Amino acid sequence: MTTILTENIAPVTLITGTSRGIGRFLANHYLEQGHKVIGCSRKPADWANPNYDHHIADVTQESDVKLVLKSIRTKYGRLDNLINNAGIAAMNHLLLTPTSVVENVFNTNVVGTFLFCRESARLMKKNNFGRIVNFSTVAVPLKLEGEAVYAASKAAVVCLTQIASREFAEFGITVNAVGPTPIQTDLIAGVSEDKIQALINRQALHRLGTFEDVANVIDFFIKKESNFITGQVVMLGGV
Amino acid sequence: MTTDLYKTLVDLIIVQAEELNEGLKIQIDVAAGENAALFGEGGVLKSIELVNLIVAVEQAVEDKFDLFLTLADEKAMSQKKSPFRTIGALAAYIEKRMQEEE
Ligand SMILES: NC(=O)c1ccc[n+]([C@@H]2O[C@H](COP(=O)([O-])OP(=O)(O)OC[C@H]3O[C@@H](n4cnc5c(N)ncnc54)[C@H](OP(=O)(O)O)[C@@H]3O)[C@@H](O)[C@H]2O)c1
Repeated sequence: MTTILTENIAPVTLITGTSRGIGRFLANHYLEQGHKVIGCSRKPADWANPNYDHHIADVTQESDVKLVLKSIRTKYGRLDNLINNAGIAAMNHLLLTPTSVVENVFNTNVVGTFLFCRESARLMKKNNFGRIVNFSTVAVPLKLEGEAVYAASKAAVVCLTQIASREFAEFGITVNAVGPTPIQTDLIAGVSEDKIQALINRQALHRLGTFEDVANVIDFFIKKESNFITGQVVMLGGV
Repeated sequence: MTTDLYKTLVDLIIVQAEELNEGLKIQIDVAAGENAALFGEGGVLKSIELVNLIVAVEQAVEDKFDLFLTLADEKAMSQKKSPFRTIGALAAYIEKRMQEEE
């Protein structure tokens, strides 16, 4: 098996959901650190960078995911980091939640995360190195009312992360997850201020999260030195 | 009946098997060609090694034929006659899957 030396070569980092919100911030964060970044979203991104490739891809579509990975394989021949950020939320009483919403949320958050894990690990294992970071949420441990479907999908992401970490261990791939608290993005734009405040009150640290808070955890997970850290879920805000 | 596609696939699998063999204590008998045992009865691969071979073969097929292929589906896993028992069985299975895709 050939091992390509990763020293001194710019890391190749794939981030899903980079058109806005946390994903967009992370793309720029890793571009600033000299990574080659590949991103995707269903709609085009309104920003660009010479070291950034954007794909119009729906994470729920297997063929889209395969195309993204194929282009990375052709262009770079390797993948170091996968950040499974793309996600959608649904906030509604269970009795008022249509089935189509459940399918949508699970397809995006669970199937999307799964597809990128599978296809990325195939490429990462060639180098016997990889870092995968998935996205959960504090809504899982807090058992937030009104978020049953969203939180259930993100609980599935935790389970997927923990088992994938064991299955991928022998390929030198670590799999971890970060669980953000509320952060001011489109995702929570529809949630009332009272609700957000009530949630923040249940955290050990009572404030909104920031993009930097999320990046800090991911920085740690993807460090080369973090090769002994896998299957872990870090919830922000002391949840 | 063996087709040109089948023969191409056998050759392609042999190339991948040879690469995999480098890391194996008990190796795939590539000299046996299509009859080389892979997995299951008489097979030499442990399940994780089979995973490695399937992933490598999938990728090689995708590159060569410019298509997307997922070999390890439920059908394959539940077939009585596993498509992973020999190189020939695997080639025939891929051929069938490629025709289904068309
Ligand atoms: N913000 C929070 O308070 C918070 C809290 C906890 C966890 N999180 C998690 O953090 C992650 C990012 O959230 P965010 O707040 O940044 O959300 P956001 O602002 O709504 O952005 C979501 C991004 O994902 C993309 N996306 C959504 N569905 C997609 C699909 N099917 N295929 C491809 N791309 C898709 C969107 O682009 P398109 O719409 O163009 O596809 C967009 O770029 C999510 O996993 C979320 O669950 C967020």
